[in-house]
Amino acid sequence: MSVAPAEVDLPRSADNPVSDKPWVTIVWNDPVNLMTYVTYVFQTVFGYPKRKATRLMLDVHHKGKAVVAAGAREAMEHNVEVLHGYGLWATVQHDN
Amino acid sequence: MEPFRHTRGGGVRATLAPAEASLLRSLVGQVITLIAPDGPPAPQAQPDGFPAWDDLDAQLTTPEDPVLARLLPDGYRDDPEAAGEFRKYTESGLRSAKHQAAQEMLDTLPEAGGKIQLTHDQAHAWLKALNDVRLALGVRLGVTEEFEEQWGRLGADDPQWAAYEVYAWLGAVQESLVQALA
Repeated sequence: MSVAPAEVDLPRSADNPVSDKPWVTIVWNDPVNLMTYVTYVFQTVFGYPKRKATRLMLDVHHKGKAVVAAGAREAMEHNVEVLHGYGLWATVQHDN
Repeated sequence: MEPFRHTRGGGVRATLAPAEASLLRSLVGQVITLIAPDGPPAPQAQPDGFPAWDDLDAQLTTPEDPVLARLLPDGYRDDPEAAGEFRKYTESGLRSAKHQAAQEMLDTLPEAGGKIQLTHDQAHAWLKALNDVRLALGVRLGVTEEFEEQWGRLGADDPQWAAYEVYAWLGAVQESLVQALA
């Protein structure tokens, strides 16, 4: 026999606080993906206008990485999954 | 090859020589073999979306093969624990999505080449599958941003010369497909 724990709330770990936009999706530069392709993927996946998608692509190309979206952790993980499907090198990161 | 062109209704068309079609089929087939889930199996999701309880302790780590590590990258940097968790829940889905795109490309790519007509969705499968082929070949060749210079340093009798030529051609095919869709 066992005794159920008194706490019924799920523990909220320190790295999972509730906040507006604490997580980001980052895309990293890589030597294979074509610039036009990366721009097209940003337009397709995020619905960004071409100008914004191009600016983000250039950020990735020149600075080595760019934050392409911010929001809840689950949404950022979903983004990264979709971007990996397109072959982009993307990661989730806590925005601090 | 006649490059991809936009068609009415959001699709694309192109014409491939027989040798080009057979080369593409062979390369896409190699990617399919590569991403086949022969590594540690990812947990099977139950109807409620949770992995089976006995798989919860399964550890999934970054693939050792650099090509696989690029096709199935970590979802977190500098956080192996979060990366492992992410991989546990996503890697199997990513493998099947890549497999599906590659298979769809094979299904719409006649072995003898010729005219190719793709719907918008089929063109997207091609985009992804072609890109996976370029990623795989690019990693194997150690391609950098200075690809042209790397290629230029090789003699025409270098065993890698032909692979560089294929890689450059794949880039042109992908570029024409993006332009036709954009």
